[in-house]
Amino acid sequence: MLSVEHVSKVYETRRGPYTVFDDVSFSLQRGRNIGILGRNGAGKSTMIRLISGAERPTTGRIRRGMRVSWPLAFAGAFAPHMTGLDNLKFICRVYGCDYKPLVPFIEEFTELGTFLREPVLHYSHGMMTRLAFALSMAIEFDCFLIDEAMVVGDARFHDRCHYELFQKRKDRAFILVSHDANTIKTYCENAVVLHEGHLFAFPNLDAAYVFYLETLAKKPDVVEQWQM
Amino acid sequence: MAATGELSFVQSLAIQFRVLHALLMRELITRYGRDNLGVLWLVGEPMIFTLGVTTLWSAAGLAHGGTGIPIVAFAVTGYSSVLMWRNATTQCGAGIEQNKPLLFHRSVLIIDVFFTRIALEIIGATSSFIFLSFFFIFIGWMPVPDNLLMVLEGWFMLAWFGASLALLVGAGTAFSPLVHRLWHPISYLLFPMSGAAFMVEWLPHNLQAIVLYLPMVHGVELLRHGYFGNVVRTHYDIGYMAECCLVLNLCGMYVVREASRRVEF
Repeated sequence: MLSVEHVSKVYETRRGPYTVFDDVSFSLQRGRNIGILGRNGAGKSTMIRLISGAERPTTGRIRRGMRVSWPLAFAGAFAPHMTGLDNLKFICRVYGCDYKPLVPFIEEFTELGTFLREPVLHYSHGMMTRLAFALSMAIEFDCFLIDEAMVVGDARFHDRCHYELFQKRKDRAFILVSHDANTIKTYCENAVVLHEGHLFAFPNLDAAYVFYLETLAKKPDVVEQWQM
Repeated sequence: MAATGELSFVQSLAIQFRVLHALLMRELITRYGRDNLGVLWLVGEPMIFTLGVTTLWSAAGLAHGGTGIPIVAFAVTGYSSVLMWRNATTQCGAGIEQNKPLLFHRSVLIIDVFFTRIALEIIGATSSFIFLSFFFIFIGWMPVPDNLLMVLEGWFMLAWFGASLALLVGAGTAFSPLVHRLWHPISYLLFPMSGAAFMVEWLPHNLQAIVLYLPMVHGVELLRHGYFGNVVRTHYDIGYMAECCLVLNLCGMYVVREASRRVEF
């Protein structure tokens, strides 16, 4: 199980401390999934970084009882001066697996050709996204962290990602964050909403969906109703 | 992995070794590449530095008052010592910034980045020192060390000092980029005072007392006592140097722990 327990995150800014969210808790069982809805700036990506362990919470703790991925297709997790292949080797060394059997998959999925052996800093945005996604698929995780905004590409890329993630690995848990209620509705069993520094939980997906749309329409009474 | 996500000490150690190995390979590839000499630059770089300085000092006939110290040996022992505390610190100062993307992976911690860089710099400087010593001894420009154990002791102390300083400066950059910026001028100012280019004995008494506040001076003096024996009069207090290293080391580790909380993307 993955559990987020009373987590707060405060960033130091020039104008003093800024609280992204305060006292947030939720958990996810093996093989299940959850969507995190929130508007731009609600703290979705921060939440993903905390769950992945890239950053630490200011207070509270996150327990990971399963292998949790880094944010899927996140290009910022790779060394720009290394080649795509060297980045694969690095990842494999860190996670303790052999890189050689993975090379055919990486070559096939990224369609980078000889560029796989060129430094990543020469890649276009699309090439980088394909490599980043393929590398996240190279390691067998129990739980994938998906920031919808990062997995951007053409329709073909989208379909292939969909196949790798939701068909080949449909037994895995995942957390999907998005500002788009329909995306969450399509892929997730349930959802929570990040709104003004608080996390709102619901008995079912529809309740989350309605709540989120109403917060978008700025109806304050709905927030009071679900306040924890 | 236990259900709560807690790892045993052995599991954590295994992960740490994997991460250190991965970082070591990454540093070697990005810093030295696969072309020409490749990883041999690890030794080549400090060697060229030391050779250059040795040549300059020999050409300038650096005054050492007819003390009977061969200038080549003097330059090699001196400049190698500087590399020990300067390079690791400079590398760690840039460590967080240059490895930021990789720190995104949960098990890669800033302490791993520092360990890797410190190890590489110490290995490089040590190999260069050994190689140059063998070479100059072989062609007869340098005497054989008088007391090898004492040389090793001095070398170890310098490595300890360098590693502690590197941790402190490296982690300090997580709090303010000023730390890295200030380290450069400080390292240049420390160089002439570090005992690399003089023996404490040659200085006037009042200056001796001041210079001996610097921990690395004690290490260089010990190293040279070991190398030249009683040809020269040396001044050092290894107890004092050890105290300084211990304090720096503890401060360094504390700042590293605090800094790992502050890494943000």
